[in-house]
Amino acid sequence: MENKKNLNLTLKIWRQKNNQSKGEFKTYDAPNVSPDASFLEMVDVINESLVVKGEETIAFDHDCREGICGSCGFMIDGNAHGPQKGTTVCQLHMRNFSDGQTVTLEPWRAEAFPIIKDLMVDRSAFDRIIKAGGYISANTGGAPDANAVPIPKYDADEAFLSAACIGCGACVASCKNASAALFTSAKITHLALLPQGAVEKDQRALDMVAQMDSEQFGACTSTGTCSASCPKEISLINIAKMNREYLRASWTKKEAVHGGDMA
Amino acid sequence: MTTNKLDSKIPSGDIDSKWTNHKFNMKLVNPANKRKHTVIVVGTGLAGASAAAAMGEMGYKVKSFCVHESPRRAHSVAAQGGINAAKNYQNDGDSVQRLFYDTVKGGDFRAREANVHRLAEVSVNIIDQAVAQGVPLAREYGGLLSNRSFGGSQVSRTFYARGQTGQQLLLGAYSGMMRQADAGTVDLYTRREMLDLVVIDGKARGIIVRNLLTGELESHVADAVILASGGYSNVFYLSTNAMACAVTATWRAHKKGAFFANPCYTQIHPTCIPVHGDNQSKLTLMSESLRNDGRLWVSSKKGDKRPSAEIPDSERDYFLERIYPSFGNLAPRDVASRQAKFRVDEGFGANGGETAVFLDFRDSIQRLGEDKIAERYGNLFQMYDKITGENPYKQPMRIFPAPHYTMGGLWVDYNLESTIPGLFVAGEANFSDHGANRLGASALMQGLADGYFVLPYTIGNYFAGTKLEKIETTHDAFKSATNDVKTDIDKMMNTKGSRTVESMHKELGRIMWDKCGMSRTKEGLTEAISKIQKLREEFQNNITIPGDANSVNTELEKAGRIADFIELGELMCRDALVREESCGGHFREEHQDNGEAKRDDEKFCHVAAWEWNGNAKTAQTRHTEDLKFDNVKLATRSYK
Ligand SMILES: Cc1cc2nc3c(=O)[nH]c(=O)nc-3n(C[C@H](O)[C@H](O)[C@H](O)COP(=O)(O)OP(=O)(O)OC[C@H]3O[C@@H](n4cnc5c(N)ncnc54)[C@H](O)[C@@H]3O)c2cc1C
Ligand code: FES
Repeated sequence: MENKKNLNLTLKIWRQKNNQSKGEFKTYDAPNVSPDASFLEMVDVINESLVVKGEETIAFDHDCREGICGSCGFMIDGNAHGPQKGTTVCQLHMRNFSDGQTVTLEPWRAEAFPIIKDLMVDRSAFDRIIKAGGYISANTGGAPDANAVPIPKYDADEAFLSAACIGCGACVASCKNASAALFTSAKITHLALLPQGAVEKDQRALDMVAQMDSEQFGACTSTGTCSASCPKEISLINIAKMNREYLRASWTKKEAVHGGDMA
Repeated sequence: MTTNKLDSKIPSGDIDSKWTNHKFNMKLVNPANKRKHTVIVVGTGLAGASAAAAMGEMGYKVKSFCVHESPRRAHSVAAQGGINAAKNYQNDGDSVQRLFYDTVKGGDFRAREANVHRLAEVSVNIIDQAVAQGVPLAREYGGLLSNRSFGGSQVSRTFYARGQTGQQLLLGAYSGMMRQADAGTVDLYTRREMLDLVVIDGKARGIIVRNLLTGELESHVADAVILASGGYSNVFYLSTNAMACAVTATWRAHKKGAFFANPCYTQIHPTCIPVHGDNQSKLTLMSESLRNDGRLWVSSKKGDKRPSAEIPDSERDYFLERIYPSFGNLAPRDVASRQAKFRVDEGFGANGGETAVFLDFRDSIQRLGEDKIAERYGNLFQMYDKITGENPYKQPMRIFPAPHYTMGGLWVDYNLESTIPGLFVAGEANFSDHGANRLGASALMQGLADGYFVLPYTIGNYFAGTKLEKIETTHDAFKSATNDVKTDIDKMMNTKGSRTVESMHKELGRIMWDKCGMSRTKEGLTEAISKIQKLREEFQNNITIPGDANSVNTELEKAGRIADFIELGELMCRDALVREESCGGHFREEHQDNGEAKRDDEKFCHVAAWEWNGNAKTAQTRHTEDLKFDNVKLATRSYK
């Protein structure tokens, strides 16, 4: 609570009407911002002033404003979700900025995430990757008692850490190749670690990776910026595990198909 | 007296065999015929996603809608603390009977017994299902599931995944639904907002949605419609709900004939981060689970400005422990919120009289160590630190009650069917199960119970017993509904007045919080109603919305939602005004026993369900459904 003085900031914000039109930066003043306000609350105030002037508001996705739904996210001065580690834009507070600063806001830039309007992008590619196999095939109603299969606490905790991904897309946006490896691997790892998910882990890895490759994402070259910019600090180890799962699955798959020849 | 318009369809028989018998007596749809039925599900939170997954698995054709960009972003994702189930894994005396009893009592005897019992029965299946789907619930070193305690109960029956239980359960339900999308039984329609319900021959047969990207109005036909569109706490402007949470889906259905039950039953959650300023957009919850290890207190001196650490124990008032020795800090929400408010009103607020009380972990950190506390609540402590800039490991949290959950919602019978045949309502959107106050960790349970285990049966029964003509979107009812929606949108776009939608929402929120919030009076409610009516007029004549209706326009989206909140706000006040008693979260100052809610079972042991009468200016009709308590004895609720 050191910084109690209100701030005056200048914002350069990417404005783009739709996917067809050309975008550009526009400059806005953000006067008298409380350091206790959140970053999005500061943008709200600018938007209110635009409405009063009859101008269109700056579009951005947001919902929970608690860092959990994964809706929000844009680049702030070149950093996905801004300067604070392990923090989504909606949880970023103005006490992290200083008076007189100029701040630049840009949408996620990735071919697989087409811009919809201003700071809003289309991340439905992520849903398609999950749809390809990011699940356990357990029909409703037939499940055994939840304590029937004990799961080592260590595995459950590890699975949780991978499952904590909020699907915001910061990993893709901050990667120079726009790779979705961290997102995809987190789900593959989460499910493979649990006995319930291990049953289908080979097919799952093959299907999800195939879907990831068919979207416009780039290849992973292990630079690690994804994990560094992840608001949930999802570990790079997930990618290594995915590669292992995928390789093993490809080999065993080959054997199954060409089993006779190989014998 | 129950009005004959409300038939709860509670099956006969003993309370613990009703659901079993009912399932057996229901008609079935044969597998080949299931494919021929289309079901629309509005909402992809726990209730909607689980319903879509389960119905898809059974072979129905499901169309799933949400306003979000992805189904995984539904507000359920934000639930923190946990989910209840009567597993009795802790061997501490839990049972279906006890969960049933706690929930009926917790709801201050204003819920339907039969529904609550079914909820307690299926609670155990939910946990099994979640684990089978790969939901990483917390475990002990032996590999078995772990539990914590929540308010209003003396057993440990809450399952959790750190402070992210909602996220993990939702991702489980979402994955189940995406599996069905992969299998071709579920079609996803994201960034679509339902703006009207289409009723043909008295039955729900489809919806009109606005495509939020293109502005296009689309018609969708179905044989049944499920609304799982969440709660309406955002009527207060500031609440713990996500920004897009709205009453629009249920309100539009209400205007098409679905009765709205108990709108005044709202839950103000005791532990939220206090308001910091005028431009605040929402409030953040600090999970009830924190009350397992945190103690609520204020200084016993009025206006005490000393830093909290310098106030000795002898001068601290641990007010929940003092007033409710048997439940202590785990008193239920309505009770805890009220006591926190009383302390602040009396001038004992934190730091010399702020609108806040302390939630302190000093003693549990001393007892268990910082690591153990971090393992249990790490993400919540971090969230608190980010928002306030204060470290809760070093100084107590400052918290205050905030609007959080709405027990009211569309009226449904035992089958979760509304007063419009073929319109089913699930999750927070319906009124069932929680009476006048919901216990912590019971909303996630109810949403998943409705979606996985109740609707798949009751909708099948509806199909098997109902003749449904084939309908196309060219039907006149679709055309006229589309026209009505278009007229509304054009009117809002063309008003071109001078008030922003946001400012009107804030004004509404203020009125609701002051007059229809934690404590209510006849005078206040009457005043609120006339203020809200003026606000409605002003909304109609003086709003301004920039941009156009044929592309992304978030101001237009908000405007439609606020228009509905304004109408709902008035109904909430009317409902609160007529209910001349206090029960659960509904506290009428005129009806109390020294700060405790005083029910009037003679006059108000019933559900109030309101019928829309054509337009906002005509008073709605209040119908009632009598509540009978054959299994839990009607008694004054005490946590002392
Ligand atoms: C911060 C917080 C913490 C909580 N913690 C807990 C907890 O620990 N335990 C517990 O039991 N409960 C908790 N609750 C309550 C619980 O999370 C909710 O009651 C529950 O998740 C609601 O689920 P739902 O499926 O009914 O609705 P929601 O999850 O709100 O989903 C609503 C869905 O409807 C869609 N929708 C809404 N309107 C429309 C429309 N017009 N057209 C199309 N789609 C629409 C939305 O896009 C969304 O998909 C918490 C609530 C909050 C706010
Ligand atoms: S708005 Fe939900 S994560 Fe930021």
